[in-house]
Amino acid sequence: MQTTTDTLPITSGDDVVRVRQKVRARATEIGLSLVDQTKLITAASELARNTLDYGKGGHADIETVLGERRGVRVVFRDRGPGIPDIQQALTDGFTSGNGLGHGLGGARRLVDDFDIQSTVGAGTTVTIARWKR
Amino acid sequence: MDSIPILKIGSALLVTIQVDMHDQLATRLQDDLTEKIVQHRTRGVLIDISALEIVDSFIGRMLANIANVSRLLDADTVVVGMRPEVAITLVELGLGLPGVKTALNAERGLALIGGVSAAGQAADDADDD
Repeated sequence: MQTTTDTLPITSGDDVVRVRQKVRARATEIGLSLVDQTKLITAASELARNTLDYGKGGHADIETVLGERRGVRVVFRDRGPGIPDIQQALTDGFTSGNGLGHGLGGARRLVDDFDIQSTVGAGTTVTIARWKR
Repeated sequence: MDSIPILKIGSALLVTIQVDMHDQLATRLQDDLTEKIVQHRTRGVLIDISALEIVDSFIGRMLANIANVSRLLDADTVVVGMRPEVAITLVELGLGLPGVKTALNAERGLALIGGVSAAGQAADDADDD
Protein backbone atom coordinates (compact mmCIF):
# COMPACT_ATOMS: atom_id res chain seq x y z
CA MET A 1 0.00 0.00 0.00
CA GLN A 2 1.41 3.39 -1.00
CA THR A 3 1.39 5.78 1.93
CA THR A 4 3.54 8.52 0.47
CA THR A 5 2.00 11.54 -1.22
CA ASP A 6 2.47 11.80 -4.97
CA THR A 7 2.87 15.32 -6.26
CA LEU A 8 2.16 15.71 -9.96
CA PRO A 9 2.52 18.87 -12.02
CA ILE A 10 -0.47 20.06 -14.06
CA THR A 11 0.84 22.11 -16.94
CA SER A 12 -0.58 20.32 -19.99
CA GLY A 13 -3.46 18.13 -21.15
CA ASP A 14 -1.20 15.10 -20.82
CA ASP A 15 -0.70 15.95 -17.14
CA VAL A 16 -4.48 15.78 -16.64
CA VAL A 17 -4.37 12.22 -18.03
CA ARG A 18 -1.49 11.35 -15.68
CA VAL A 19 -3.39 12.67 -12.64
CA ARG A 20 -6.37 10.48 -13.61
CA GLN A 21 -4.13 7.42 -13.93
CA LYS A 22 -2.46 8.00 -10.57
CA VAL A 23 -5.80 8.58 -8.80
CA ARG A 24 -7.15 5.41 -10.39
CA ALA A 25 -4.14 3.39 -9.18
CA ARG A 26 -4.65 4.63 -5.59
CA ALA A 27 -8.41 4.09 -5.67
CA THR A 28 -8.03 0.55 -7.00
CA GLU A 29 -5.32 -0.28 -4.48
CA ILE A 30 -7.41 0.75 -1.48
CA GLY A 31 -10.41 -1.13 -2.82
CA LEU A 32 -12.96 1.58 -3.66
CA SER A 33 -15.95 0.14 -5.51
CA LEU A 34 -16.06 0.59 -9.27
CA VAL A 35 -18.70 3.33 -9.04
CA ASP A 36 -16.77 5.15 -6.28
CA GLN A 37 -13.54 4.90 -8.27
CA THR A 38 -15.23 6.26 -11.37
CA LYS A 39 -16.75 9.19 -9.48
CA LEU A 40 -13.45 10.09 -7.81
CA ILE A 41 -11.44 9.85 -11.04
CA THR A 42 -14.03 11.92 -12.91
CA ALA A 43 -14.01 14.61 -10.20
CA ALA A 44 -10.19 14.62 -10.26
CA SER A 45 -10.26 15.01 -14.02
CA GLU A 46 -12.62 18.01 -13.83
CA LEU A 47 -10.51 19.71 -11.15
CA ALA A 48 -7.20 19.01 -12.86
CA ARG A 49 -8.59 20.62 -15.98
CA ASN A 50 -9.76 23.63 -13.95
CA THR A 51 -6.25 23.94 -12.51
CA LEU A 52 -4.88 23.93 -16.05
CA ASP A 53 -7.46 26.16 -17.76
CA TYR A 54 -8.40 28.66 -15.04
CA GLY A 55 -5.51 28.38 -12.58
CA LYS A 56 -2.92 28.67 -15.37
CA GLY A 57 -1.36 25.42 -14.17
CA GLY A 58 -0.42 24.06 -10.77
CA HIS A 59 -0.07 20.65 -9.19
CA ALA A 60 -1.97 17.82 -7.54
CA ASP A 61 -1.09 16.01 -4.30
CA ILE A 62 -2.52 12.50 -4.26
CA GLU A 63 -2.56 10.50 -1.02
CA THR A 64 -4.00 7.33 0.39
CA VAL A 65 -5.65 7.82 3.78
CA LEU A 66 -5.37 4.87 6.17
CA GLY A 67 -7.14 5.64 9.41
CA GLU A 68 -10.57 4.93 10.80
CA ARG A 69 -11.73 5.88 7.36
CA ARG A 70 -9.80 4.59 4.38
CA GLY A 71 -9.87 6.45 1.14
CA VAL A 72 -8.10 8.65 -1.35
CA ARG A 73 -7.56 12.39 -0.98
CA VAL A 74 -6.45 14.74 -3.74
CA VAL A 75 -5.43 18.38 -3.34
CA PHE A 76 -5.26 20.69 -6.36
CA ARG A 77 -3.24 23.87 -5.98
CA ASP A 78 -2.68 26.72 -8.37
CA ARG A 79 -1.33 30.24 -8.16
CA GLY A 80 -3.76 31.57 -10.71
CA PRO A 81 -6.14 34.55 -10.57
CA GLY A 82 -8.35 33.01 -7.87
CA ILE A 83 -12.14 32.86 -7.76
CA PRO A 84 -13.94 36.08 -6.70
CA ASP A 85 -17.29 34.42 -5.91
CA ILE A 86 -16.98 30.76 -4.90
CA GLN A 87 -20.71 30.23 -4.40
CA GLN A 88 -21.35 31.42 -7.92
CA ALA A 89 -18.55 29.24 -9.28
CA LEU A 90 -20.12 26.20 -7.59
CA THR A 91 -23.45 26.85 -9.29
CA ASP A 92 -24.23 24.58 -12.23
CA GLY A 93 -24.16 26.44 -15.48
CA PHE A 94 -21.69 29.05 -14.31
CA THR A 95 -18.49 29.29 -16.31
CA SER A 96 -15.89 31.95 -16.89
CA GLY A 97 -14.22 29.90 -19.61
CA ASN A 98 -15.48 27.92 -22.57
CA GLY A 99 -16.77 25.00 -20.55
CA LEU A 100 -20.36 24.05 -19.93
CA GLY A 101 -20.01 25.10 -16.33
CA HIS A 102 -20.44 21.68 -14.79
CA GLY A 103 -16.90 21.32 -13.54
CA LEU A 104 -16.80 22.65 -9.98
CA GLY A 105 -20.36 21.98 -8.83
CA GLY A 106 -20.39 18.62 -10.59
CA ALA A 107 -17.08 17.58 -9.04
CA ARG A 108 -18.43 18.43 -5.58
CA ARG A 109 -21.36 16.05 -6.05
CA LEU A 110 -19.04 13.19 -7.04
CA VAL A 111 -16.99 13.12 -3.82
CA ASP A 112 -17.61 12.70 -0.07
CA ASP A 113 -15.44 15.62 1.08
CA PHE A 114 -15.02 18.86 -0.83
CA ASP A 115 -13.24 21.99 0.28
CA ILE A 116 -12.27 25.05 -1.71
CA GLN A 117 -10.06 27.96 -0.62
CA SER A 118 -9.43 30.79 -3.01
CA THR A 119 -7.79 34.18 -2.78
CA VAL A 120 -8.12 36.63 -5.64
CA GLY A 121 -4.69 37.24 -7.12
CA ALA A 122 -3.07 34.45 -5.09
CA GLY A 123 -4.61 31.18 -6.27
CA THR A 124 -7.02 28.38 -5.50
CA THR A 125 -6.76 25.15 -3.50
CA VAL A 126 -9.41 22.44 -3.87
CA THR A 127 -9.36 19.33 -1.65
CA ILE A 128 -11.48 16.25 -2.40
CA ALA A 129 -11.75 12.82 -0.80
CA ARG A 130 -13.75 9.70 -1.42
CA TRP A 131 -14.02 7.12 1.41
CA LYS A 132 -14.33 3.38 1.26
CA ARG A 133 -17.79 2.20 2.27
CA MET B 1 0.43 13.20 -34.36
CA ASP B 2 -1.84 10.46 -33.01
CA SER B 3 -5.28 10.02 -34.46
CA ILE B 4 -8.27 7.80 -33.79
CA PRO B 5 -9.16 5.46 -36.68
CA ILE B 6 -12.51 6.01 -38.38
CA LEU B 7 -13.91 2.88 -40.09
CA LYS B 8 -16.55 2.86 -42.82
CA ILE B 9 -19.18 0.16 -42.37
CA GLY B 10 -21.83 0.20 -45.05
CA SER B 11 -23.09 3.75 -45.13
CA ALA B 12 -22.09 4.41 -41.53
CA LEU B 13 -18.85 5.46 -39.86
CA LEU B 14 -17.54 3.68 -36.77
CA VAL B 15 -15.21 5.28 -34.27
CA THR B 16 -13.86 3.28 -31.34
CA ILE B 17 -12.37 5.43 -28.63
CA GLN B 18 -9.85 3.36 -26.72
CA VAL B 19 -7.33 5.78 -25.34
CA ASP B 20 -7.32 8.40 -22.66
CA MET B 21 -8.27 11.40 -24.77
CA HIS B 22 -6.30 14.57 -24.56
CA ASP B 23 -7.24 17.90 -26.11
CA GLN B 24 -5.44 17.63 -29.45
CA LEU B 25 -6.70 14.10 -30.05
CA ALA B 26 -10.29 15.14 -29.37
CA THR B 27 -10.06 18.15 -31.67
CA ARG B 28 -8.42 16.04 -34.39
CA LEU B 29 -11.20 13.45 -34.13
CA GLN B 30 -13.90 16.10 -34.57
CA ASP B 31 -12.13 17.48 -37.64
CA ASP B 32 -11.44 14.05 -39.22
CA LEU B 33 -14.97 12.88 -38.60
CA THR B 34 -16.54 15.98 -40.12
CA GLU B 35 -14.39 15.55 -43.22
CA LYS B 36 -15.30 11.86 -43.59
CA ILE B 37 -19.02 12.49 -43.13
CA VAL B 38 -18.97 14.80 -46.14
CA GLN B 39 -16.55 12.66 -48.15
CA HIS B 40 -18.58 9.45 -47.77
CA ARG B 41 -22.00 11.14 -47.64
CA THR B 42 -22.51 9.34 -44.36
CA ARG B 43 -25.95 9.19 -42.78
CA GLY B 44 -24.85 7.71 -39.47
CA VAL B 45 -21.92 7.84 -37.06
CA LEU B 46 -21.37 5.24 -34.37
CA ILE B 47 -19.05 6.13 -31.49
CA ASP B 48 -18.04 3.19 -29.33
CA ILE B 49 -16.96 4.29 -25.85
CA SER B 50 -17.04 0.85 -24.19
CA ALA B 51 -13.30 1.10 -23.47
CA LEU B 52 -13.60 4.45 -21.69
CA GLU B 53 -13.31 4.17 -17.90
CA ILE B 54 -14.47 7.72 -17.37
CA VAL B 55 -16.28 10.42 -19.33
CA ASP B 56 -15.71 13.88 -17.87
CA SER B 57 -17.25 17.13 -19.08
CA PHE B 58 -14.42 17.55 -21.59
CA ILE B 59 -15.17 14.24 -23.33
CA GLY B 60 -18.91 14.80 -22.85
CA ARG B 61 -18.64 18.14 -24.61
CA MET B 62 -16.70 16.52 -27.44
CA LEU B 63 -19.41 13.88 -27.90
CA ALA B 64 -22.12 16.56 -27.89
CA ASN B 65 -20.16 18.66 -30.42
CA ILE B 66 -19.70 15.71 -32.76
CA ALA B 67 -23.42 14.90 -32.52
CA ASN B 68 -24.36 18.53 -33.28
CA VAL B 69 -22.00 18.94 -36.22
CA SER B 70 -23.09 15.56 -37.64
CA ARG B 71 -26.73 16.57 -37.36
CA LEU B 72 -26.06 19.76 -39.31
CA LEU B 73 -24.43 17.59 -41.98
CA ASP B 74 -27.51 15.35 -42.03
CA ALA B 75 -25.91 12.41 -40.21
CA ASP B 76 -27.16 10.76 -37.01
CA THR B 77 -24.71 10.06 -34.18
CA VAL B 78 -25.16 7.23 -31.73
CA VAL B 79 -22.87 6.73 -28.75
CA VAL B 80 -22.69 3.05 -27.85
CA GLY B 81 -21.26 0.89 -25.08
CA MET B 82 -21.28 3.34 -22.19
CA ARG B 83 -20.32 1.54 -18.99
CA PRO B 84 -22.95 1.61 -16.20
CA GLU B 85 -20.63 3.35 -13.71
CA VAL B 86 -19.87 5.99 -16.33
CA ALA B 87 -23.60 6.60 -16.86
CA ILE B 88 -24.17 6.97 -13.09
CA THR B 89 -21.27 9.41 -12.80
CA LEU B 90 -22.33 11.50 -15.81
CA VAL B 91 -25.82 12.01 -14.42
CA GLU B 92 -24.44 13.05 -11.03
CA LEU B 93 -22.02 15.38 -12.78
CA GLY B 94 -25.04 17.02 -14.41
CA LEU B 95 -24.22 15.90 -17.93
CA GLY B 96 -27.17 14.03 -19.36
CA LEU B 97 -25.77 14.52 -22.88
CA PRO B 98 -28.94 16.02 -24.35
CA GLY B 99 -29.07 15.68 -28.11
CA VAL B 100 -26.81 12.63 -28.10
CA LYS B 101 -28.45 9.33 -29.02
CA THR B 102 -27.19 6.27 -27.19
CA ALA B 103 -27.49 2.51 -27.56
CA LEU B 104 -26.33 -0.33 -25.33
CA ASN B 105 -24.07 -1.87 -27.96
CA ALA B 106 -22.83 -1.43 -31.53
CA GLU B 107 -25.45 -3.77 -33.00
CA ARG B 108 -28.34 -1.81 -31.53
CA GLY B 109 -26.60 1.43 -32.45
CA LEU B 110 -26.35 0.41 -36.09
CA ALA B 111 -30.00 -0.59 -36.11
CA LEU B 112 -30.86 2.85 -34.71
CA ILE B 113 -29.13 4.75 -37.49
CA GLY B 114 -30.22 2.22 -40.11
CA GLY B 115 -26.64 2.13 -41.38
CA VAL B 116 -25.92 -1.45 -42.34
CA SER B 117 -29.13 -2.97 -41.07
CA ALA B 118 -30.49 -3.33 -44.61
CA ALA B 119 -27.28 -4.95 -45.84
CA GLY B 120 -27.17 -7.20 -42.77
CA GLN B 121 -30.77 -8.23 -43.37
CA ALA B 122 -30.00 -9.10 -46.99
CA ALA B 123 -27.07 -11.27 -45.91
CA ASP B 124 -29.26 -13.04 -43.36
CA ASP B 125 -31.87 -13.73 -46.01
CA ALA B 126 -29.20 -15.13 -48.34
CA ASP B 127 -28.03 -17.47 -45.58
CA ASP B 128 -31.54 -18.83 -45.17
CA ASP B 129 -31.70 -19.89 -48.81
